[in-house]
Amino acid sequence: MQTLEPLIAEHPFMKGLRPEQIAMITGCASNARFEAGTYLFREGQEADQFYILRKGRIAIEAFSPAQGPVTIQTIDDGDILGWSWLVPPYRWRFDALATELTRVIALDGRCLRTKCETDHELGYELLKRFADVMAERLDATRMQLLDLFAEKPVRGGRR
Amino acid sequence: MSHAPHGPRALDAEGLAALVDALVAAGYRVLGPAVKGGAIVYDEVASGKELPRGFTEDQDAGRYRLGRRDDEAFFGFAVGPTSWKRFLHPPDLLRFRASREGHGFAVEPADGAPTSLALLGVRPCDLAAIARQDRVLLGGPYADPAYAARRTEAFVVAVQCTEPGGTCFCASMGTGPRAESGFDLALTEGPASAFVVEVGSSRGAELLGRVPNRPAAADEVAAARAATDAARGKMGRTLETAGLKEALQAAAESPRWEAVAGRCLSCANCTLACPTCFCTTVEDTTDVTGGRAERWRRWDSCFSLDFSYIHGGSVRRTPSSRYRQWLTHKLASWHDQFGEPGCVGCGRCITWCPAGIDLTEEARAVARGPVPAKAARKE
Amino acid sequence: MTLAAGANDPILPRPYRVHRVQKETSDTFTLELRPEAGQASFPFAAGQFNMLYVLGVGEVPISISGDPGLPQSLVHTTRSVGAVTKGMGRLQRGDAIGVRGPFGTPWPIEAAAGNDVVFVAGGIGLAPLRPALYQVMARREAYGRVVLLYGARTPEDILFRRQLKEWRADFDLEVHVTVDRATRDWRGNVGVVTHLIPRVPFDPYHTVAMVCGPEVMMRYTVMELERRGVQLEDVHVSLERNMKCGVGFCGHCQMGPKFVCKDGPVFPFEKVRDLLNVREV
Repeated sequence: MQTLEPLIAEHPFMKGLRPEQIAMITGCASNARFEAGTYLFREGQEADQFYILRKGRIAIEAFSPAQGPVTIQTIDDGDILGWSWLVPPYRWRFDALATELTRVIALDGRCLRTKCETDHELGYELLKRFADVMAERLDATRMQLLDLFAEKPVRGGRR
Repeated sequence: MSHAPHGPRALDAEGLAALVDALVAAGYRVLGPAVKGGAIVYDEVASGKELPRGFTEDQDAGRYRLGRRDDEAFFGFAVGPTSWKRFLHPPDLLRFRASREGHGFAVEPADGAPTSLALLGVRPCDLAAIARQDRVLLGGPYADPAYAARRTEAFVVAVQCTEPGGTCFCASMGTGPRAESGFDLALTEGPASAFVVEVGSSRGAELLGRVPNRPAAADEVAAARAATDAARGKMGRTLETAGLKEALQAAAESPRWEAVAGRCLSCANCTLACPTCFCTTVEDTTDVTGGRAERWRRWDSCFSLDFSYIHGGSVRRTPSSRYRQWLTHKLASWHDQFGEPGCVGCGRCITWCPAGIDLTEEARAVARGPVPAKAARKE
Repeated sequence: MTLAAGANDPILPRPYRVHRVQKETSDTFTLELRPEAGQASFPFAAGQFNMLYVLGVGEVPISISGDPGLPQSLVHTTRSVGAVTKGMGRLQRGDAIGVRGPFGTPWPIEAAAGNDVVFVAGGIGLAPLRPALYQVMARREAYGRVVLLYGARTPEDILFRRQLKEWRADFDLEVHVTVDRATRDWRGNVGVVTHLIPRVPFDPYHTVAMVCGPEVMMRYTVMELERRGVQLEDVHVSLERNMKCGVGFCGHCQMGPKFVCKDGPVFPFEKVRDLLNVREV
């Protein structure tokens, strides 16, 4: 476990955290690897983790009966995956498929939630960082929603 | 052949008619004032005898009435709905013909060499307007061949202003009521249609030499000068131009644009009447076989929705954005583009707006910014 | 075939022949044009456009997508969206087409030498950037890292696939393609092109960026580049507006004080930054 601490401390997501906070987070962390074609999680399952991608690629997918699996976004080295562990009812909204051999640091959401409930400063620091990740995803989603490259781009509702 | 600069000369009514006839005789297509459809327009003048006399107009926002004067003045009015761009930059122009030849097609320019124009009765504001269009259509890396063909040879007889109209504000724009250059001849009409004539070019002097004229007396010249000086104070409208460009460019989000759009019909009358508006579109047509095609250039207006169309939709969809485009182009961005305003203060856009929208009033309101509610109550 | 007016007349189309038609994607195609026999070709700069005329149908501005080093063949890539581009899509080898141009400002190829170069393209926006890529690839040693970030709608909409692969293999061009949506067959990125900007290696303090795509995409892209530390004076964008003449006569392409046809289409971002934030300008 001690080997993960420097990896976690170095990650840009953790930048600015104090050593004791890093240590607390490391206490909830574990290494994991996913072979290409395996799922990190599936829609509807309990969301009790989030992931720091060390190496590999993950496709976030939605499944519809007519289209089959549709890739919404891909996640690469260094990216953060998953915030459903933060938000009730703590269930994944999408599937996450490793499209190649993927190594991650998995962080136990239940463990972190418990620590954040008692240590609000840590909770605030983590939430700030997740807000950043979520804002970037939201921006990206909005841009995708505009369907800018379509033959008839979606127009706003102005007169 | 060059002539020594002339001092001011004088012409009488017969001399003016002779001047027209001399221009016709010299091969010019003479264009000057004519009464048509209840307004003074510019149209072809076949002889000096045709010039209308004794007319005047009453102009205000959204209002134009032709009237009779109690004298026989030739130029006793300001400007009507036509401007000279109708002839120098025609509303419909065949650019070229193309015809299929085997797998290819041949393009044949259609404009040719138009007859030289003589413009009779060009007001100082309109002289400035012509100069504005010169910069747009001739002053860049390319010259518009159709405009060049008409403009380069055009003979200009200006008429200085002594009786500005109800929507005139050339004094504010620095374009009138008196022009110092840009003409071949410039007339100032005095009592009993005695004209003081200024000569602006050797070509003007040469033509004047063909008609009966005499040196102008010193008191005539002084009276002509006094009349144009006095005209400065008789403008129906004014516009403060200091800081106007900056104020308008800083006011892209002014609520006034929405307010004026509530009255604006997007009818494009202002752009058609404006002597500097130069925008055009093209129309490509074919015959039924598709083998013969024509390209027409036609006046266009930034008030039309299609004007700004790009794939996906029009950039300026709201009437407020189109009005803003027009007004800020005239009074602000034209400065950035050509180093001067695009408005010459002729007042046509005010007179010919069916909703009576007054550019000077709108520019003032936008530049002043919204009046805070409190201050408004105090007043 | 006759052409009565001089080649300097900006108003008359010059006669060209379609030499090759290449279907690129379901709705895009590339036309390679050659001058009529006996007519000279003209040099052009990367980023410039031509007005292309289809007999009797009309005329539209289309960016040149070919190699400025090979001006004898004039290459345009476009999407069939309107009457004229659809008419263009029906042309076949040997058919005639009218050309006026080249018009507009170029990409800053020379000024970028010695720097890293980041190209950011969205959709058909890759076409106007391709001449710049040709030129940078032709003098690859004069530049540092060269990166292309390219966003397309779906994997089927990716332009110039083979060429990008070749440049990547032979000329050390770092290519990152991302699509808005994909099925499992697509092994590449899914997401928006701005997502890539913080994740690719280049030196933001010595980078010239050239950006072409829908205006919204360009605005967000510039924001990300700025966040990364790229100086705005080193960011160039190519804009699109309605054009009827291409030479500043018709007034259609005005954007505030700018004529996109003659002041652009390529602008240093700083010169148009304020305009891009005015709605319906």
